[in-house]
Amino acid sequence: MTRKSKNSTRLGTRSLHLMILPSLILLIIYRYLPMIGIVIAFQDFNIGLGVKAFWQSEWVGFAHFKRLFSSPDFTRALFNTLNIAIGKIIAMFFVPLTFALLINEVRNRPVKRMVQTIVYMPHFLSWVIMAGILKEVLAPDGVVNAIAATLFGSEPKFWLGDKNLFPFMMVVTETIKEFGFGTIIYLAAITGIDPTLYEAAIVDGASRFKQTIHVTIPSIMNIIVLSMVLSLGNILNAGFDQIFNLYSVPVLETGDIIDTLVYRISMQSGQYDFGTAVGLFKSVISMILISVSYWMAYKFADYEIF
Amino acid sequence: MTKRKGKYYMDTRGYKIFTVFNYIIVITAALICLFPIINVFSVSLSSPHKAAAGAVWLLPKDFTLESYKFVMRSGNFWAAMFISIQRVILGTSIGMILTIMAAYPLSKNTAEFRARRIYVWVYFFTMLFSGGLVPSFLIVHYTGIMDTIWALILPGAVSTWNIILMLSFFRGLPKELEEAAFLDEAGHWNILWRIYVPLSKPAIATIGLFVIVGHWNSWFDGMLYMKKPYHYPLQTYLHSMLTIDVSRFLTTEQQNIIAKLSPKTIRATQVCVATIPILYVYSCRNTLLQVWFWVV
Repeated sequence: MTRKSKNSTRLGTRSLHLMILPSLILLIIYRYLPMIGIVIAFQDFNIGLGVKAFWQSEWVGFAHFKRLFSSPDFTRALFNTLNIAIGKIIAMFFVPLTFALLINEVRNRPVKRMVQTIVYMPHFLSWVIMAGILKEVLAPDGVVNAIAATLFGSEPKFWLGDKNLFPFMMVVTETIKEFGFGTIIYLAAITGIDPTLYEAAIVDGASRFKQTIHVTIPSIMNIIVLSMVLSLGNILNAGFDQIFNLYSVPVLETGDIIDTLVYRISMQSGQYDFGTAVGLFKSVISMILISVSYWMAYKFADYEIF
Repeated sequence: MTKRKGKYYMDTRGYKIFTVFNYIIVITAALICLFPIINVFSVSLSSPHKAAAGAVWLLPKDFTLESYKFVMRSGNFWAAMFISIQRVILGTSIGMILTIMAAYPLSKNTAEFRARRIYVWVYFFTMLFSGGLVPSFLIVHYTGIMDTIWALILPGAVSTWNIILMLSFFRGLPKELEEAAFLDEAGHWNILWRIYVPLSKPAIATIGLFVIVGHWNSWFDGMLYMKKPYHYPLQTYLHSMLTIDVSRFLTTEQQNIIAKLSPKTIRATQVCVATIPILYVYSCRNTLLQVWFWVV
C-alpha cells in the first residue's frame, strides 16, 4: 500500500512538471527575459546592433538615473502620479464601502439587483470606450455643460482640458467607473455575516444604524483592512489607460504621470535606454510597496496569496 | 443578512426616513453610471446638427441612422472587429488551458509536490516586478511575433492572478475524489480533466469571462505591437480614431459623406458599436454560464 502510493506520487510528479511547463516557458520568455533586458537602463543602447545590443552596447553606469533626477519632467510626473493615485486610493476606499453598506439596506430585490447590474457595468468597458464617452459628455458642447447651463446658468467648462481640474476629474471618473465593482468584495463579506449576531443586537434594542456600527462593520473589518493594505501597492499606479486616453497638451503640467512619460520618452522619442531607466525606477519602488503591503496583509489580515 | 420581514426597527420613523434617502442615493448613483452611456447612444442616433448644438440629453433628436450606415460601410472597422474576435477566441482558449494546467500542480501541497515551493516563487515574483515597457517590447520584437496576432496573445497568456483564483477553487474540492481516482490507477492528467475540470465549471466560467473581457478591451498592446493600422484590434482602432485626425485615413468619397455628418456623431457611433458586444456579453453572462455548463 505504502509502496504503491509512493510509486503513483513519483509517477505523478513528472506529469505535474509537464503540466506546468507550457506556462512556465511563456513566463520565462515574456516576463523574465524582459527583467534581464533591464540592463539597457545602464547602457548607451544601440538598437542598430540587433539582439547583440543587449551586451555589446556601451555601459554608462548610472548616467541615465542622474539625468532622471535632474529632469523637471520627471519630478513633475512623480508628483502628479502620487497626487492622482492617492486621491484615487482614498476615493476608492470610502465610496465602495459606503455604497455596499447602503445597498445592503435596500430590501426591494428588483431595485437592488438592477442597481447592482448598472453600477458593475462600467467596469467592463475599456478606458478607450470610457474616454470616448467622457470626452463626449464633458466636451464644451457636451451634455454636462448643457445641463449645468440650464440648471445654474453657468459658463461651459473644459472639464478635461483645464489643468486645475484634471487630477480631480481623473479621481471622479475612475470612481464612477470602478466603485460599483469595488462593492462586490464587501457585499460578499456582508452576506457571510452570521444572522444570529443581528438577532442578538435586536434583542438588545439596537437600531439599524447601531447594528451597522456594532455588527456589520466589525464583522467585515478583516476585508476592510485587507483592501486598505493592498491598495498601498498602487501608490505609483495613477492609471495609465485612463490618463493616456484622456490627457492632452494643456493638462500635461498636472496630468502627466510616470507611465505616460515613459511611453513618450521610449516610444515617441525613441530613447529606449532612458525610458527603461524611468520605468525601472517605478518598478523598483512598486516592488517594495507591493511586498510591504502583502507582508502587512499577511500580518494583520491573515491573508496568504498562494 | 436579515431577510425575514417585520423587524421592529423597520417601523421606526428614523429608519423610514433613512430608507427614502437611501433609495434616492442608490438610484442616483446608478443613474450617474448609466446616463453618460445613454447620452452617447442618443447622440449617435441624432442628426449632426442637433448633436453639435448640445441639444441631445436623454433621447435622440431628429432620429437618423446615417452615422451607423457610415460606420458599417467602413472596411477598416470590420477588419478591426474581426481581429478582436479572433484574439478573444484564440486568447481565451489558450489562456484558460494554460491557467488550468498550471493551477493543478500548484494546488497540491508541498508534501505531494516538492518543487511547488520553487514554482510558486517563480510565478509570484511576476506579480511584484516587471521588466517594464521597453524590455517587454524588445522581447516581443526579438521573438519575431511582431505584427502578428500572437503578439496580442502570448505575452499576456499566463496571468498569475488567474492561476491563484483557479488553484484556490481546486483546493476547495474534496480530497476524497482524488484519492478514489488514485486507487483506480488514474494519473494526474485524468484527475485534472475528468474530475477537477468538470467540478470547477463555475470558477472556469468566471475566470473565462474576465479573460474574454480583458482581451476584448485591450488596446495598448495592439498599438505597441501592430505596425500596420489594418492589423489593429477594435479597441486600438477606436483609440486611433478618437485621438488622431480621422480625415487622413479616408477616401475622397468618404470625406464627402463625412462632411454631411459630423465627427461628433461618428465618434459616438463608433463608441456605441464597440460597446454593444461587451454589454451583450455582460447582460447574458448568466445565460453564457449556463450554456457553458451544458456544453462541458
